[in-house]
Amino acid sequence: MLIFAIARVIPGDPARIALGPNATAEQVENLRLRLHLDQPLSVQYGHFIADLAQGDLGVSLYTNRPVTQDIAQFLPATLELIIVAGLMMILIGLPLGVISARYRGSWADSTIRIFTLLGVSAPSFVWAVILMLLFAYFLPLFPIAGRLADSMTVPTVTGFLLIDTLLAGNIKAFGNAAWHLVLPAFALALSGIGQAARLTRSNMVETYDKPYIEMAESYGFPEGRIARRYAFRPSLIPSLTIIGLDFAAMLGNAFLVEAVFAWPGLSRYGVAVILRKDLNAIVGTVLIISALFLIVNIVVDFLIAMINPRIRLSQRAQ
Amino acid sequence: MKRTLAILASNPLSAVGVLLIALVVLSAVFADFIAPFPEHRGAVVDFVNFNKPPQWPYIFGTDLVGRDMFSRIIYAYRISLILGVVVLAIAVPIGVTIGLVAGYVGGWTEYVLMRITDVFLSIPPLVLAMSMMGLLEPTLTNGMIAVTAMWWPWYTRLVYNLARSEKEEGYVLAAEVIGASKLHVMFREILPNCVPSILTKMTLDLGFVILIASSLSFLGLGVQPPTPDLGSMVAEGAKYLPDSWWLTVFPGLAILIAVFGFNLLGDALREILGVEQ
Repeated sequence: MLIFAIARVIPGDPARIALGPNATAEQVENLRLRLHLDQPLSVQYGHFIADLAQGDLGVSLYTNRPVTQDIAQFLPATLELIIVAGLMMILIGLPLGVISARYRGSWADSTIRIFTLLGVSAPSFVWAVILMLLFAYFLPLFPIAGRLADSMTVPTVTGFLLIDTLLAGNIKAFGNAAWHLVLPAFALALSGIGQAARLTRSNMVETYDKPYIEMAESYGFPEGRIARRYAFRPSLIPSLTIIGLDFAAMLGNAFLVEAVFAWPGLSRYGVAVILRKDLNAIVGTVLIISALFLIVNIVVDFLIAMINPRIRLSQRAQ
Repeated sequence: MKRTLAILASNPLSAVGVLLIALVVLSAVFADFIAPFPEHRGAVVDFVNFNKPPQWPYIFGTDLVGRDMFSRIIYAYRISLILGVVVLAIAVPIGVTIGLVAGYVGGWTEYVLMRITDVFLSIPPLVLAMSMMGLLEPTLTNGMIAVTAMWWPWYTRLVYNLARSEKEEGYVLAAEVIGASKLHVMFREILPNCVPSILTKMTLDLGFVILIASSLSFLGLGVQPPTPDLGSMVAEGAKYLPDSWWLTVFPGLAILIAVFGFNLLGDALREILGVEQ
Protein backbone atom coordinates (compact mmCIF):
# COMPACT_ATOMS: atom_id res chain seq x y z
CA MET A 1 0.00 0.00 0.00
CA LEU A 2 2.89 2.31 0.81
CA ILE A 3 4.36 1.47 -2.58
CA PHE A 4 1.07 2.30 -4.24
CA ALA A 5 0.82 5.56 -2.31
CA ILE A 6 4.33 6.68 -3.21
CA ALA A 7 3.78 5.83 -6.83
CA ARG A 8 0.51 7.73 -7.16
CA VAL A 9 1.13 10.82 -5.08
CA ILE A 10 4.00 12.07 -7.17
CA PRO A 11 3.45 15.07 -9.36
CA GLY A 12 3.20 14.62 -13.09
CA ASP A 13 0.84 12.70 -15.31
CA PRO A 14 2.06 9.12 -15.81
CA ALA A 15 0.18 8.75 -19.06
CA ARG A 16 1.77 11.89 -20.45
CA ILE A 17 5.25 10.76 -19.40
CA ALA A 18 4.72 7.32 -20.92
CA LEU A 19 3.63 8.60 -24.29
CA GLY A 20 6.23 11.31 -24.58
CA PRO A 21 5.90 14.95 -25.51
CA ASN A 22 4.64 14.31 -29.03
CA ALA A 23 1.47 12.42 -28.14
CA THR A 24 -1.87 14.05 -28.90
CA ALA A 25 -4.27 14.98 -26.13
CA GLU A 26 -6.59 12.26 -27.38
CA GLN A 27 -3.94 9.53 -27.09
CA VAL A 28 -3.14 10.63 -23.54
CA GLU A 29 -6.81 10.56 -22.65
CA ASN A 30 -7.21 7.02 -24.06
CA LEU A 31 -4.30 5.71 -22.04
CA ARG A 32 -5.63 7.40 -18.92
CA LEU A 33 -8.95 5.61 -19.41
CA ARG A 34 -7.22 2.28 -19.98
CA LEU A 35 -5.16 2.63 -16.79
CA HIS A 36 -8.12 3.93 -14.73
CA LEU A 37 -6.10 7.05 -14.07
CA ASP A 38 -9.21 9.21 -14.53
CA GLN A 39 -10.89 7.74 -11.47
CA PRO A 40 -10.43 8.73 -7.82
CA LEU A 41 -7.44 7.29 -5.96
CA SER A 42 -9.54 4.92 -3.85
CA VAL A 43 -11.01 3.35 -7.00
CA GLN A 44 -7.52 3.12 -8.52
CA TYR A 45 -6.35 1.32 -5.40
CA GLY A 46 -9.29 -1.07 -5.66
CA HIS A 47 -8.34 -1.92 -9.26
CA PHE A 48 -4.74 -2.38 -8.20
CA ILE A 49 -5.60 -4.83 -5.39
CA ALA A 50 -8.08 -6.73 -7.57
CA ASP A 51 -5.50 -7.13 -10.34
CA LEU A 52 -2.84 -8.08 -7.83
CA ALA A 53 -5.02 -10.84 -6.43
CA GLN A 54 -5.12 -12.35 -9.92
CA GLY A 55 -1.35 -12.08 -10.25
CA ASP A 56 -1.68 -9.20 -12.68
CA LEU A 57 0.68 -6.27 -12.17
CA GLY A 58 -0.42 -4.40 -15.26
CA VAL A 59 1.46 -3.62 -18.43
CA SER A 60 4.84 -1.95 -18.40
CA LEU A 61 4.63 1.35 -20.21
CA TYR A 62 8.30 0.96 -21.09
CA THR A 63 8.52 -2.52 -22.62
CA ASN A 64 4.80 -2.69 -23.44
CA ARG A 65 4.64 -6.20 -22.01
CA PRO A 66 2.95 -7.49 -18.84
CA VAL A 67 5.11 -6.57 -15.86
CA THR A 68 4.93 -10.13 -14.55
CA GLN A 69 6.44 -11.38 -17.80
CA ASP A 70 9.27 -8.85 -17.59
CA ILE A 71 10.01 -9.76 -14.00
CA ALA A 72 9.93 -13.49 -14.73
CA GLN A 73 12.56 -12.93 -17.39
CA PHE A 74 14.96 -10.87 -15.27
CA LEU A 75 14.45 -12.25 -11.77
CA PRO A 76 16.32 -15.59 -12.07
CA ALA A 77 19.63 -13.91 -12.97
CA THR A 78 19.35 -11.67 -9.90
CA LEU A 79 18.32 -14.51 -7.60
CA GLU A 80 21.21 -16.64 -8.82
CA LEU A 81 23.63 -13.84 -8.03
CA ILE A 82 22.13 -13.21 -4.59
CA ILE A 83 21.98 -16.87 -3.61
CA VAL A 84 25.63 -17.46 -4.52
CA ALA A 85 26.61 -14.28 -2.67
CA GLY A 86 24.58 -15.41 0.33
CA LEU A 87 26.39 -18.75 0.37
CA MET A 88 29.72 -16.92 0.22
CA MET A 89 28.61 -14.75 3.12
CA ILE A 90 27.82 -17.80 5.27
CA LEU A 91 30.77 -19.96 4.19
CA ILE A 92 33.35 -17.18 4.49
CA GLY A 93 31.85 -14.79 7.04
CA LEU A 94 31.05 -17.22 9.84
CA PRO A 95 34.41 -19.08 9.78
CA LEU A 96 36.28 -15.75 9.74
CA GLY A 97 34.34 -14.67 12.82
CA VAL A 98 35.07 -17.97 14.58
CA ILE A 99 38.80 -17.80 13.82
CA SER A 100 38.91 -14.18 14.89
CA ALA A 101 37.22 -14.95 18.21
CA ARG A 102 39.19 -18.12 18.93
CA TYR A 103 42.54 -16.40 18.39
CA ARG A 104 41.37 -13.03 19.73
CA GLY A 105 44.16 -10.56 20.26
CA SER A 106 46.47 -12.32 17.80
CA TRP A 107 47.68 -10.94 14.49
CA ALA A 108 45.16 -13.15 12.67
CA ASP A 109 42.37 -11.52 14.68
CA SER A 110 43.62 -8.00 13.88
CA THR A 111 43.96 -8.80 10.18
CA ILE A 112 40.48 -10.25 9.99
CA ARG A 113 39.01 -7.31 11.91
CA ILE A 114 40.55 -4.73 9.58
CA PHE A 115 39.59 -6.74 6.51
CA THR A 116 35.98 -7.15 7.63
CA LEU A 117 35.64 -3.49 8.62
CA LEU A 118 36.94 -2.49 5.21
CA GLY A 119 34.41 -4.85 3.66
CA VAL A 120 31.59 -3.07 5.48
CA SER A 121 32.99 0.37 4.67
CA ALA A 122 32.54 0.57 0.93
CA PRO A 123 29.41 0.26 -1.16
CA SER A 124 29.31 -2.88 -3.25
CA PHE A 125 29.79 -0.93 -6.47
CA VAL A 126 33.19 0.28 -5.26
CA TRP A 127 34.23 -3.30 -4.51
CA ALA A 128 32.80 -4.38 -7.84
CA VAL A 129 34.93 -1.82 -9.68
CA ILE A 130 38.06 -2.61 -7.65
CA LEU A 131 37.67 -6.39 -8.07
CA MET A 132 36.98 -5.96 -11.75
CA LEU A 133 40.07 -3.82 -12.20
CA LEU A 134 42.32 -6.20 -10.26
CA PHE A 135 41.08 -9.63 -11.32
CA ALA A 136 39.57 -9.04 -14.72
CA TYR A 137 41.84 -6.37 -16.25
CA PHE A 138 45.26 -6.41 -14.56
CA LEU A 139 45.18 -10.12 -13.79
CA PRO A 140 42.79 -11.49 -16.41
CA LEU A 141 41.61 -14.40 -14.25
CA PHE A 142 37.89 -13.76 -14.53
CA PRO A 143 35.55 -12.55 -17.27
CA ILE A 144 34.71 -8.85 -17.28
CA ALA A 145 30.96 -8.90 -17.73
CA GLY A 146 27.90 -10.96 -18.56
CA ARG A 147 26.66 -14.36 -17.43
CA LEU A 148 27.98 -16.72 -20.11
CA ALA A 149 30.49 -16.65 -22.94
CA ASP A 150 28.92 -15.46 -26.19
CA SER A 151 29.92 -18.66 -27.97
CA MET A 152 27.79 -20.78 -25.67
CA THR A 153 24.03 -21.14 -25.67
CA VAL A 154 21.91 -23.11 -23.28
CA PRO A 155 18.16 -23.71 -23.61
CA THR A 156 16.31 -21.67 -20.98
CA VAL A 157 14.33 -23.82 -18.60
CA THR A 158 14.46 -22.21 -15.17
CA GLY A 159 16.43 -19.08 -16.06
CA PHE A 160 19.04 -20.08 -13.48
CA LEU A 161 22.09 -20.68 -15.65
CA LEU A 162 23.76 -22.97 -13.12
CA ILE A 163 20.70 -25.24 -13.20
CA ASP A 164 19.97 -24.87 -16.92
CA THR A 165 23.50 -25.85 -17.91
CA LEU A 166 23.34 -28.94 -15.72
CA LEU A 167 19.93 -29.87 -17.14
CA ALA A 168 21.40 -29.56 -20.61
CA GLY A 169 24.28 -31.76 -19.45
CA ASN A 170 26.72 -29.11 -20.58
CA ILE A 171 29.48 -29.23 -17.97
CA LYS A 172 31.65 -26.76 -19.85
CA ALA A 173 28.90 -24.14 -19.89
CA PHE A 174 28.24 -24.80 -16.21
CA GLY A 175 31.87 -24.05 -15.43
CA ASN A 176 31.72 -20.94 -17.58
CA ALA A 177 28.58 -19.67 -15.90
CA ALA A 178 30.04 -20.34 -12.44
CA TRP A 179 33.24 -18.57 -13.49
CA HIS A 180 31.22 -15.53 -14.54
CA LEU A 181 29.50 -15.51 -11.16
CA VAL A 182 32.60 -15.35 -8.95
CA LEU A 183 33.48 -11.64 -9.12
CA PRO A 184 29.97 -10.13 -9.01
CA ALA A 185 28.86 -12.45 -6.23
CA PHE A 186 31.99 -11.74 -4.18
CA ALA A 187 31.60 -8.00 -4.63
CA LEU A 188 27.99 -8.31 -3.49
CA ALA A 189 28.90 -10.57 -0.56
CA LEU A 190 31.79 -8.52 0.85
CA SER A 191 29.81 -6.26 3.15
CA GLY A 192 27.73 -9.20 4.35
CA ILE A 193 30.87 -11.23 5.00
CA GLY A 194 32.19 -8.33 7.04
CA GLN A 195 29.04 -7.94 9.11
CA ALA A 196 28.56 -11.66 9.71
CA ALA A 197 32.19 -12.05 10.79
CA ARG A 198 32.12 -8.98 13.04
CA LEU A 199 28.94 -9.99 14.79
CA THR A 200 30.00 -13.63 15.20
CA ARG A 201 33.28 -12.48 16.70
CA SER A 202 31.77 -10.05 19.18
CA ASN A 203 29.15 -12.57 20.32
CA MET A 204 31.66 -15.37 20.68
CA VAL A 205 34.06 -13.17 22.62
CA GLU A 206 31.20 -12.40 24.98
CA THR A 207 30.33 -16.09 25.28
CA TYR A 208 33.96 -16.96 26.05
CA ASP A 209 33.57 -15.08 29.34
CA LYS A 210 30.70 -17.30 30.45
CA PRO A 211 31.31 -19.78 33.30
CA TYR A 212 30.39 -22.85 31.27
CA ILE A 213 33.26 -22.20 28.89
CA GLU A 214 35.61 -22.07 31.85
CA MET A 215 34.15 -25.35 33.02
CA ALA A 216 34.65 -26.94 29.62
CA GLU A 217 38.23 -25.67 29.63
CA SER A 218 38.87 -27.09 33.08
CA TYR A 219 37.58 -30.46 31.88
CA GLY A 220 40.36 -30.29 29.32
CA PHE A 221 38.13 -30.31 26.25
CA PRO A 222 40.11 -29.55 23.10
CA GLU A 223 40.18 -25.89 22.05
CA GLY A 224 38.54 -26.56 18.70
CA ARG A 225 35.64 -28.39 20.26
CA ILE A 226 35.06 -25.60 22.77
CA ALA A 227 35.07 -23.05 19.98
CA ARG A 228 32.66 -24.99 17.80
CA ARG A 229 30.27 -26.52 20.32
CA TYR A 230 30.20 -24.16 23.25
CA ALA A 231 31.17 -20.72 22.01
CA PHE A 232 29.93 -20.73 18.41
CA ARG A 233 26.48 -22.24 18.83
CA PRO A 234 24.91 -19.60 21.07
CA SER A 235 26.36 -16.87 18.82
CA LEU A 236 24.74 -18.41 15.79
CA ILE A 237 21.34 -16.92 16.59
CA PRO A 238 22.24 -13.21 16.38
CA SER A 239 24.50 -14.02 13.44
CA LEU A 240 21.60 -15.61 11.61
CA THR A 241 19.51 -12.50 12.20
CA ILE A 242 22.15 -10.28 10.67
CA ILE A 243 22.67 -12.70 7.79
CA GLY A 244 18.96 -12.50 7.10
CA LEU A 245 19.12 -8.70 7.07
CA ASP A 246 22.19 -8.72 4.84
CA PHE A 247 20.57 -11.15 2.47
CA ALA A 248 17.69 -8.73 2.19
CA ALA A 249 20.03 -5.78 1.74
CA MET A 250 21.62 -7.64 -1.16
CA LEU A 251 18.30 -7.38 -3.00
CA GLY A 252 18.99 -3.65 -3.13
CA ASN A 253 22.75 -3.84 -3.54
CA ALA A 254 22.36 -6.20 -6.48
CA PHE A 255 21.24 -3.09 -8.39
CA LEU A 256 24.74 -1.66 -7.99
CA VAL A 257 26.73 -4.77 -8.79
CA GLU A 258 24.60 -5.64 -11.79
CA ALA A 259 25.25 -2.19 -13.20
CA VAL A 260 29.04 -2.67 -13.02
CA PHE A 261 29.15 -6.20 -14.40
CA ALA A 262 26.44 -5.71 -17.05
CA TRP A 263 24.49 -8.51 -15.40
CA PRO A 264 21.14 -8.92 -17.16
CA GLY A 265 19.05 -9.05 -13.99
CA LEU A 266 16.02 -7.48 -12.39
CA SER A 267 18.02 -4.55 -11.09
CA ARG A 268 18.92 -3.29 -14.52
CA TYR A 269 15.27 -3.51 -15.44
CA GLY A 270 14.40 -1.71 -12.21
CA VAL A 271 16.74 1.19 -12.90
CA ALA A 272 15.57 1.44 -16.48
CA VAL A 273 11.92 1.70 -15.47
CA ILE A 274 12.65 4.08 -12.59
CA LEU A 275 14.42 6.46 -14.94
CA ARG A 276 11.42 6.31 -17.30
CA LYS A 277 8.85 6.73 -14.51
CA ASP A 278 7.08 3.57 -15.60
CA LEU A 279 4.60 3.26 -12.73
CA ASN A 280 3.30 -0.28 -13.17
CA ALA A 281 6.79 -1.64 -13.62
CA ILE A 282 8.18 0.25 -10.62
CA VAL A 283 5.35 -0.89 -8.37
CA GLY A 284 5.72 -4.47 -9.63
CA THR A 285 9.48 -4.56 -9.15
CA VAL A 286 9.35 -3.07 -5.66
CA LEU A 287 6.52 -5.42 -4.76
CA ILE A 288 8.45 -8.50 -5.85
CA ILE A 289 11.57 -7.38 -4.02
CA SER A 290 9.57 -6.63 -0.88
CA ALA A 291 7.93 -10.04 -1.09
CA LEU A 292 11.36 -11.70 -1.33
CA PHE A 293 12.53 -9.56 1.59
CA LEU A 294 9.55 -10.79 3.61
CA ILE A 295 10.17 -14.42 2.68
CA VAL A 296 13.82 -14.17 3.71
CA ASN A 297 12.81 -12.69 7.06
CA ILE A 298 10.24 -15.41 7.70
CA VAL A 299 12.76 -18.14 6.81
CA VAL A 300 15.30 -16.59 9.18
CA ASP A 301 12.77 -16.37 12.01
CA PHE A 302 11.88 -19.99 11.41
CA LEU A 303 15.54 -21.08 11.41
CA ILE A 304 16.17 -19.19 14.63
CA ALA A 305 13.18 -20.85 16.25
CA MET A 306 14.53 -24.23 15.16
CA ILE A 307 18.03 -23.58 16.45
CA ASN A 308 17.12 -21.94 19.74
CA PRO A 309 16.14 -24.70 22.20
CA ARG A 310 14.34 -22.18 24.42
CA ILE A 311 11.89 -21.29 21.66
CA ARG A 312 11.72 -24.81 20.23
CA LEU A 313 10.94 -26.45 23.55
CA SER A 314 8.55 -23.78 24.81
CA GLN A 315 6.47 -24.22 21.66
CA ARG A 316 6.33 -27.96 22.19
CA ALA A 317 5.25 -27.57 25.78
CA GLN A 318 2.24 -25.50 24.84
CA MET B 1 38.11 12.82 29.33
CA LYS B 2 41.15 11.06 30.70
CA ARG B 3 39.49 7.70 30.10
CA THR B 4 38.59 8.75 26.58
CA LEU B 5 42.16 9.60 25.77
CA ALA B 6 43.34 6.36 27.39
CA ILE B 7 41.02 4.29 25.22
CA LEU B 8 42.06 6.19 22.11
CA ALA B 9 45.72 5.64 22.96
CA SER B 10 45.31 1.95 23.79
CA ASN B 11 43.51 1.25 20.53
CA PRO B 12 45.51 2.44 17.54
CA LEU B 13 42.59 1.75 15.20
CA SER B 14 40.44 4.31 17.01
CA ALA B 15 43.18 6.86 16.61
CA VAL B 16 43.31 6.08 12.90
CA GLY B 17 39.55 6.63 12.77
CA VAL B 18 39.81 10.03 14.43
CA LEU B 19 42.60 10.97 12.06
CA LEU B 20 40.71 9.90 8.93
CA ILE B 21 37.57 11.75 9.94
CA ALA B 22 39.54 14.85 10.86
CA LEU B 23 41.10 14.69 7.41
CA VAL B 24 37.76 14.28 5.64
CA VAL B 25 35.95 16.96 7.63
CA LEU B 26 38.76 19.50 7.45
CA SER B 27 39.20 19.06 3.72
CA ALA B 28 35.45 19.48 3.22
CA VAL B 29 35.25 22.59 5.39
CA PHE B 30 38.34 24.25 3.94
CA ALA B 31 37.78 22.98 0.41
CA ASP B 32 38.12 26.49 -0.98
CA PHE B 33 41.67 26.77 0.35
CA ILE B 34 42.83 23.18 -0.19
CA ALA B 35 41.50 22.44 -3.65
CA PRO B 36 44.11 23.43 -6.23
CA PHE B 37 41.37 24.23 -8.78
CA PRO B 38 38.26 25.39 -6.84
CA GLU B 39 36.48 26.41 -10.04
CA HIS B 40 36.58 22.77 -11.23
CA ARG B 41 33.66 21.85 -8.99
CA GLY B 42 31.30 23.27 -11.61
CA ALA B 43 30.89 22.93 -15.33
CA VAL B 44 34.39 23.89 -16.42
CA VAL B 45 35.98 22.59 -19.60
CA ASP B 46 39.73 22.42 -20.18
CA PHE B 47 40.31 20.29 -23.24
CA VAL B 48 44.05 20.85 -23.21
CA ASN B 49 44.39 18.87 -19.99
CA PHE B 50 41.63 16.29 -20.37
CA ASN B 51 41.90 12.66 -19.22
CA LYS B 52 45.39 12.98 -17.75
CA PRO B 53 46.76 10.27 -15.47
CA PRO B 54 47.89 11.40 -12.01
CA GLN B 55 50.73 13.94 -12.38
CA TRP B 56 51.66 17.33 -10.99
CA PRO B 57 49.61 19.51 -10.50
CA TYR B 58 46.76 17.01 -10.98
CA ILE B 59 47.67 14.52 -8.25
CA PHE B 60 44.58 12.36 -8.91
CA GLY B 61 44.51 13.01 -12.66
CA THR B 62 41.88 14.90 -14.63
CA ASP B 63 38.49 13.82 -15.91
CA LEU B 64 37.21 13.70 -19.46
CA VAL B 65 36.65 17.45 -19.70
CA GLY B 66 39.91 18.34 -18.01
CA ARG B 67 38.76 18.97 -14.45
CA ASP B 68 41.08 18.17 -11.54
CA MET B 69 39.85 14.99 -9.82
CA PHE B 70 41.40 15.95 -6.48
CA SER B 71 39.49 19.24 -6.32
CA ARG B 72 36.26 17.55 -7.31
CA ILE B 73 36.65 14.81 -4.68
CA ILE B 74 37.17 17.40 -1.94
CA TYR B 75 34.04 19.28 -2.98
CA ALA B 76 32.14 16.00 -3.21
CA TYR B 77 33.12 15.33 0.40
CA ARG B 78 31.57 18.63 1.37
CA ILE B 79 28.28 17.70 -0.30
CA SER B 80 28.30 14.16 1.15
CA LEU B 81 28.89 15.47 4.68
CA ILE B 82 26.18 18.13 4.39
CA LEU B 83 23.80 15.47 3.13
CA GLY B 84 24.72 13.11 5.96
CA VAL B 85 24.29 15.76 8.64
CA VAL B 86 20.99 17.04 7.27
CA VAL B 87 19.53 13.55 6.87
CA LEU B 88 20.42 12.62 10.43
CA ALA B 89 19.28 16.00 11.77
CA ILE B 90 15.80 15.27 10.40
CA ALA B 91 15.61 11.49 10.72
CA VAL B 92 16.92 11.17 14.27
CA PRO B 93 14.45 13.52 16.04
CA ILE B 94 11.53 11.98 14.14
CA GLY B 95 12.62 8.41 14.76
CA VAL B 96 13.55 9.00 18.39
CA THR B 97 10.27 10.76 19.24
CA ILE B 98 8.14 8.07 17.64
CA GLY B 99 10.18 5.34 19.33
CA LEU B 100 9.90 7.02 22.73
CA VAL B 101 6.16 7.52 22.47
CA ALA B 102 5.51 4.00 21.18
CA GLY B 103 7.77 2.41 23.77
CA TYR B 104 6.57 4.41 26.76
CA VAL B 105 2.86 5.01 26.12
CA GLY B 106 2.08 1.52 24.81
CA GLY B 107 -1.40 0.31 23.96
CA TRP B 108 -3.03 1.38 20.70
CA THR B 109 -0.52 4.16 20.13
CA GLU B 110 2.30 1.64 20.26
CA TYR B 111 0.50 -0.74 17.91
CA VAL B 112 -0.26 1.88 15.25
CA LEU B 113 3.15 3.57 15.38
CA MET B 114 5.12 0.35 15.24
CA ARG B 115 3.03 -1.07 12.38
CA ILE B 116 3.73 2.08 10.35
CA THR B 117 7.41 1.68 11.15
CA ASP B 118 7.28 -1.97 10.09
CA VAL B 119 5.81 -0.99 6.73
CA PHE B 120 8.84 1.20 6.07
CA LEU B 121 11.18 -1.52 7.28
CA SER B 122 9.53 -4.12 5.05
CA ILE B 123 11.02 -2.64 1.89
CA PRO B 124 14.78 -3.01 1.42
CA PRO B 125 16.19 0.46 2.26
CA LEU B 126 18.02 1.07 -0.97
CA VAL B 127 15.01 -0.01 -3.02
CA LEU B 128 12.71 2.32 -1.06
CA ALA B 129 15.01 5.28 -1.57
CA MET B 130 15.49 4.37 -5.22
CA SER B 131 11.82 4.16 -6.04
CA MET B 132 11.22 7.47 -4.29
CA MET B 133 14.08 9.08 -6.17
CA GLY B 134 12.79 7.67 -9.42
CA LEU B 135 9.44 9.28 -8.89
CA LEU B 136 10.76 12.60 -7.65
CA GLU B 137 13.15 14.74 -9.64
CA PRO B 138 16.75 13.72 -8.89
CA THR B 139 18.11 16.69 -6.94
CA LEU B 140 20.15 17.04 -3.77
CA THR B 141 17.07 18.03 -1.71
CA ASN B 142 15.02 15.10 -2.97
CA GLY B 143 17.97 12.81 -2.32
CA MET B 144 17.93 13.97 1.28
CA ILE B 145 14.18 13.36 1.50
CA ALA B 146 14.48 9.85 0.08
CA VAL B 147 17.34 8.86 2.38
CA THR B 148 15.60 10.41 5.40
CA ALA B 149 12.46 8.45 4.63
CA MET B 150 14.37 5.19 4.82
CA TRP B 151 16.44 6.15 7.84
CA TRP B 152 14.09 7.21 10.65
CA PRO B 153 12.50 3.77 11.26
CA TRP B 154 15.84 2.39 12.45
CA TYR B 155 15.98 4.98 15.23
CA THR B 156 12.39 4.25 16.11
CA ARG B 157 13.27 0.59 16.51
CA LEU B 158 16.36 1.35 18.60
CA VAL B 159 14.69 3.84 20.95
CA TYR B 160 11.49 1.79 21.15
CA ASN B 161 13.40 -1.21 22.49
CA LEU B 162 15.43 0.94 24.87
CA ALA B 163 12.35 2.78 26.15
CA ARG B 164 10.50 -0.45 26.74
CA SER B 165 13.23 -1.78 28.99
CA GLU B 166 13.95 1.59 30.64
CA LYS B 167 10.36 2.21 31.64
CA GLU B 168 10.50 -0.69 34.10
CA GLU B 169 13.50 0.86 35.88
CA GLY B 170 13.20 2.29 39.34
CA TYR B 171 13.98 5.86 38.40
CA VAL B 172 11.07 5.98 35.94
CA LEU B 173 8.71 4.60 38.55
CA ALA B 174 10.02 7.15 41.04
CA ALA B 175 9.34 9.98 38.62
CA GLU B 176 5.83 8.68 37.94
CA VAL B 177 5.09 8.34 41.64
CA ILE B 178 5.90 11.98 42.34
CA GLY B 179 3.52 12.92 39.56
CA ALA B 180 5.82 13.84 36.68
CA SER B 181 4.02 14.30 33.37
CA LYS B 182 4.39 11.75 30.61
CA LEU B 183 6.32 14.25 28.53
CA HIS B 184 8.73 14.85 31.39
CA VAL B 185 9.28 11.12 31.92
CA MET B 186 9.85 10.49 28.24
CA PHE B 187 12.16 13.35 27.38
CA ARG B 188 13.84 14.17 30.69
CA GLU B 189 14.09 10.74 32.32
CA ILE B 190 14.20 8.05 29.61
CA LEU B 191 15.76 9.96 26.72
CA PRO B 192 19.02 10.91 28.49
CA ASN B 193 19.61 7.22 29.15
CA CYS B 194 19.24 6.44 25.45
CA VAL B 195 21.70 9.12 24.35
CA PRO B 196 24.86 6.96 24.33
CA SER B 197 23.22 4.38 22.04
CA ILE B 198 21.78 7.06 19.77
CA LEU B 199 25.10 8.91 19.56
CA THR B 200 27.02 5.76 18.67
CA LYS B 201 24.52 4.84 16.02
CA MET B 202 24.62 8.36 14.59
CA THR B 203 28.39 8.25 14.19
CA LEU B 204 28.22 4.91 12.41
CA ASP B 205 25.28 6.11 10.34
CA LEU B 206 27.01 9.25 9.13
CA GLY B 207 29.26 6.86 7.21
CA PHE B 208 26.38 4.73 6.01
CA VAL B 209 24.32 7.71 4.83
CA ILE B 210 27.30 8.73 2.69
CA LEU B 211 27.46 5.15 1.41
CA ILE B 212 23.75 4.97 0.53
CA ALA B 213 23.69 8.45 -1.00
CA SER B 214 26.66 7.57 -3.20
CA SER B 215 24.89 4.35 -4.19
CA LEU B 216 21.87 6.36 -5.31
CA SER B 217 23.91 8.78 -7.35
CA PHE B 218 25.91 5.87 -8.77
CA LEU B 219 22.65 4.71 -10.33
CA GLY B 220 21.98 8.22 -11.64
CA LEU B 221 19.27 8.81 -9.05
CA GLY B 222 21.03 11.36 -6.87
CA VAL B 223 22.97 14.57 -7.19
CA GLN B 224 23.15 15.57 -10.84
CA PRO B 225 26.20 16.80 -12.79
CA PRO B 226 28.02 19.13 -12.84
CA THR B 227 27.85 19.03 -9.03
CA PRO B 228 30.69 16.76 -7.94
CA ASP B 229 29.51 13.56 -6.28
CA LEU B 230 31.56 10.50 -5.41
CA GLY B 231 28.95 8.00 -6.57
CA SER B 232 28.30 9.54 -9.96
CA MET B 233 32.06 10.02 -10.47
CA VAL B 234 32.57 6.26 -10.04
CA ALA B 235 29.69 5.52 -12.38
CA GLU B 236 30.98 7.90 -15.03
CA GLY B 237 34.55 6.59 -14.76
CA ALA B 238 33.52 2.92 -14.84
CA LYS B 239 32.77 3.33 -18.54
CA TYR B 240 36.44 4.07 -19.21
CA LEU B 241 38.03 1.17 -17.35
CA PRO B 242 40.73 0.00 -17.35
CA ASP B 243 42.59 2.74 -19.27
CA SER B 244 41.39 5.75 -17.26
CA TRP B 245 41.47 3.92 -13.93
CA TRP B 246 42.00 7.10 -11.90
CA LEU B 247 38.46 8.25 -12.75
CA THR B 248 36.95 5.43 -10.65
CA VAL B 249 39.63 4.36 -8.21
CA PHE B 250 40.12 7.70 -6.43
CA PRO B 251 36.44 8.54 -5.84
CA GLY B 252 35.87 4.92 -4.83
CA LEU B 253 38.70 5.06 -2.32
CA ALA B 254 37.39 8.41 -1.10
CA ILE B 255 34.07 6.78 -0.16
CA LEU B 256 35.92 3.88 1.46
CA ILE B 257 38.10 6.21 3.57
CA ALA B 258 35.18 8.30 4.83
CA VAL B 259 32.96 5.34 5.72
CA PHE B 260 35.88 3.39 7.20
CA GLY B 261 36.75 6.40 9.35
CA PHE B 262 33.21 6.80 10.67
CA ASN B 263 33.07 3.07 11.42
CA LEU B 264 36.30 3.17 13.44
CA LEU B 265 35.09 6.29 15.23
CA GLY B 266 31.73 4.66 15.99
CA ASP B 267 33.46 1.58 17.40
CA ALA B 268 35.65 3.78 19.57
CA LEU B 269 32.63 5.75 20.76
CA ARG B 270 30.84 2.55 21.62
CA GLU B 271 33.73 1.55 23.83
CA ILE B 272 34.02 4.99 25.45
CA LEU B 273 30.30 5.31 26.17
CA GLY B 274 29.97 1.66 27.12
CA VAL B 275 27.18 0.89 24.68
CA GLU B 276 26.31 -2.73 24.05
CA GLN B 277 25.89 -3.85 20.51
